[in-house]
Amino acid sequence: MTLINPVKQTGIAKFGTGYLMPGAVLFVLLLCLPVITLLVLALGGTLDSFRHIATTVLPSAGLTTIVLMIGVGLMTALIGTLSAWLITFFDFPFKHLLKWALMLPLAVPTYISAYTFVEFFSYTGSMQELVRTLGGYTSARDYWFPDIRSLAGTIFVLGIVLYPYVYLSVRALFMLQGSSIPDSARILGAGHIRLFIRITLPLARPAIILGVSLAMMETINDIGAVEYLGTRTLTFSVFSVWLNQSDLAGAAQIAIFLLLLVAILVFIENLSRGARRYHKTRTSSEQGFNPRRLKGATALVATVSCFLPVLIGFGIPVLILSEFAIKDIDQLLSPSLLEAIATTVLLGLVAASLAVLGGLLLSLALRAKPGRMNILMVRLASLGYAVPGTLIAIGVFIPLAAFDNALDGILRQTVGISTGLLLTGSGAALIFAYIVRFMAMAEGSLENGLSKISPNLDMAARSLGRSRFKVVTQVLLPMMRPAIASAALLVFVDVVKELSATILLRPFGMNTLATNVYDFASQGRVEDGALACLIIICIGILPVVLLSRNKSG
Amino acid sequence: MPISSPVLKSALFAVATSISTPALSAETVNIYSYRQADLIAPLLEAFTKETGIKTKVQFLKKGMVEKLKAEGKNSPADVILTVDIGRLSEITNSGLTQQISNDNIDGNIPESFRDPSGNWFGLTMRGRVVYASKDRVSQNTITYEELADPKWKGKICTRSGQHAYNIALIASMIANKGEEFTETWLTGVKNNLARKPNGNDRAQAKGIFSGECDLGLGNTYYVGLMQNNEKDPEQKEWANSMKVLFPNTEERGTHVNLSGMALAKHAPNKDAALKLMEFLSSGKAQELYAEVVHEYPLKEGTKPSATVAGFGKIKPDTLSLDAIAKLRKKASQLVDKVGYDEGPAS
Repeated sequence: MTLINPVKQTGIAKFGTGYLMPGAVLFVLLLCLPVITLLVLALGGTLDSFRHIATTVLPSAGLTTIVLMIGVGLMTALIGTLSAWLITFFDFPFKHLLKWALMLPLAVPTYISAYTFVEFFSYTGSMQELVRTLGGYTSARDYWFPDIRSLAGTIFVLGIVLYPYVYLSVRALFMLQGSSIPDSARILGAGHIRLFIRITLPLARPAIILGVSLAMMETINDIGAVEYLGTRTLTFSVFSVWLNQSDLAGAAQIAIFLLLLVAILVFIENLSRGARRYHKTRTSSEQGFNPRRLKGATALVATVSCFLPVLIGFGIPVLILSEFAIKDIDQLLSPSLLEAIATTVLLGLVAASLAVLGGLLLSLALRAKPGRMNILMVRLASLGYAVPGTLIAIGVFIPLAAFDNALDGILRQTVGISTGLLLTGSGAALIFAYIVRFMAMAEGSLENGLSKISPNLDMAARSLGRSRFKVVTQVLLPMMRPAIASAALLVFVDVVKELSATILLRPFGMNTLATNVYDFASQGRVEDGALACLIIICIGILPVVLLSRNKSG
Repeated sequence: MPISSPVLKSALFAVATSISTPALSAETVNIYSYRQADLIAPLLEAFTKETGIKTKVQFLKKGMVEKLKAEGKNSPADVILTVDIGRLSEITNSGLTQQISNDNIDGNIPESFRDPSGNWFGLTMRGRVVYASKDRVSQNTITYEELADPKWKGKICTRSGQHAYNIALIASMIANKGEEFTETWLTGVKNNLARKPNGNDRAQAKGIFSGECDLGLGNTYYVGLMQNNEKDPEQKEWANSMKVLFPNTEERGTHVNLSGMALAKHAPNKDAALKLMEFLSSGKAQELYAEVVHEYPLKEGTKPSATVAGFGKIKPDTLSLDAIAKLRKKASQLVDKVGYDEGPAS
């Protein structure tokens, strides 16, 4: 494998820095607006309520959050790495089907998986019915069954839908490294298990950390699943302090504390990325892959180990939802549902396009000037991913509505025109919130894709007389097509699943699939929203299918 | 494809109408609601039929106060619909509503269920009652205080102590018995819990059905909704495994909470909004509403749904709802303090 030097002097290093960097700085400042708003809100709190929060909320909720994060981290690391290892280095029955099926659970929003898992594993669900039938029991007091509505249950529910983050990044890394190192080790007589522990695992570490940190950020900001499963995390406390104690400042204080936790995560992830900043000049090693064919019982174990996560993380939710949705199938073409589908898709497309543009700005600026400060700045742009959607919404809404009202006031006085709530009433605020929330996904994918393109190419194009601008448009952008596609798709899926910010920022009377589901879920009637749930999942699968074609390997 | 074009057209039309800013014509009332759109839809249809005025609903789950505050003068909201007195009074106290003195509305809603200064009005009432297992609980009367009695150890199920409905109940306990008593009481209830608080009120009924708990706390209307659930008939079984006990009937009465309405401070369509509020307070609308949501209508002479009437008579605690609203923060902090949501110490 041929590695070249870390990015230091690149072909676009000397161009565009005049425009690219200030643009990126402005953009990051804009993205930080909601967090700054929260910071201001937090500082406005009284000492008294802060004391209450610091003594009664932070210790227990903080501990719960950390245990949950570690649990989800371990579970996603285990499932994600193991499945990626099996799929990359071995051949076994159904491998080519499982290769992409392993990504499917990502399409299931956590609030939906929590609900369906409770349906399936709780007393009246199919699982315990089976236990009762087999054991001849008649009441919950006759036997022990693990409670899904517990901390352990929450770890399980989140881990089983979030592991694909690890699977995706680890597999991508394995593919990139090729099989030369493992092959050499095998020739030198290392067994499979030894090989996995001594060679494969250490090599995969940066990718594991990247995937796990994404899963952990999702865990930190989750409210739907933890609320339903009764797990008091910090995010849960944000809402009880805000809504029951009418203390938005206190809620903002907890949110800032959460951000500190995230900053640590981002820092760790950053270290792992730093270690990876190398480029391959050729892709030859990928052709050299020759997966080992497994036989008999070993092959069966491999197939089952890859099949189980898909069955649980995707099969159970879809099965439970289908059971309800089948009764409503006639409503599939109802105007309200069609409207929700169209609105959702439109929002997803607009947000994904803008997020990709923003992500390109940041990642190209970083390629041009990869200093420590600039890396830090770009990481700041990703913070929104870890903030609960409702808080992002509040952080977006307050400054933008103030802007709307100020503009309206000025225009009314000077030219007699009323613009009303220009940004907050039109959906622009919502799109902005999506971009803040999901920039991490877009920028991460693009930066990752860009890092695989050797800076030699920039320089070669420059020396062949291409202008600086054309280096980007004629060389880099075409080569980044897969990365752009995956960035757009990831943002699109997340927007389709997003609920909390949508419900608060949507223009008057606008409904998306997720708000449609929530309408019912908040009345304890998820069964009536099952059809919309399934559509969300189907839309979420699309990218999985497209991505798997892109990355056929 | 023959089907695609009309489908596409209607979808495009839907997008166009939903993205455009709301038309602020005098013929429309804009509603911000904590009540789910489909629950109030039958009422609003009846209103439009009667008056020709259209309605538009924005369902919110959180943050209505922040939204109204930030929108300020340009807010499209006319009428505010909420559940829970705490949220109603919070919006009022933040100065986001305007006073109404309207003889029709005042005549329809009894004095104890509306704001003395005319900023909010109750529409329906629900009791916070005890769900008890028919098989395992023999007594037919109960008090909230009794829930702390060690005889119920490992037998009680509730949703999160931080939920608005439990907060209101705890606040009413503070108002009636003082903070110190309430802390001891809440610790007692916590020690009697069968499991960590989770799920919604229905989940507690399910817990009684499954045998995990003997007693649960819940609102009256959930029982009505479960008994009449054709979509998920399993819930009928949950409801049938339990009976409804109205706590403290012998003395101060059962803790009740409200769903209510208010007129937004900057309502752009004030006249139409007032018409809607008059309509909602009318006996006809209240009974229609009560039938759908299985709550108690407030106007004198109106009747609850047959299902709800079947639970027996409710004697509401006459404690002022304003007093409850004022004690919410204290109640919520108490829940944190005793660690209620951490569940029983094992």
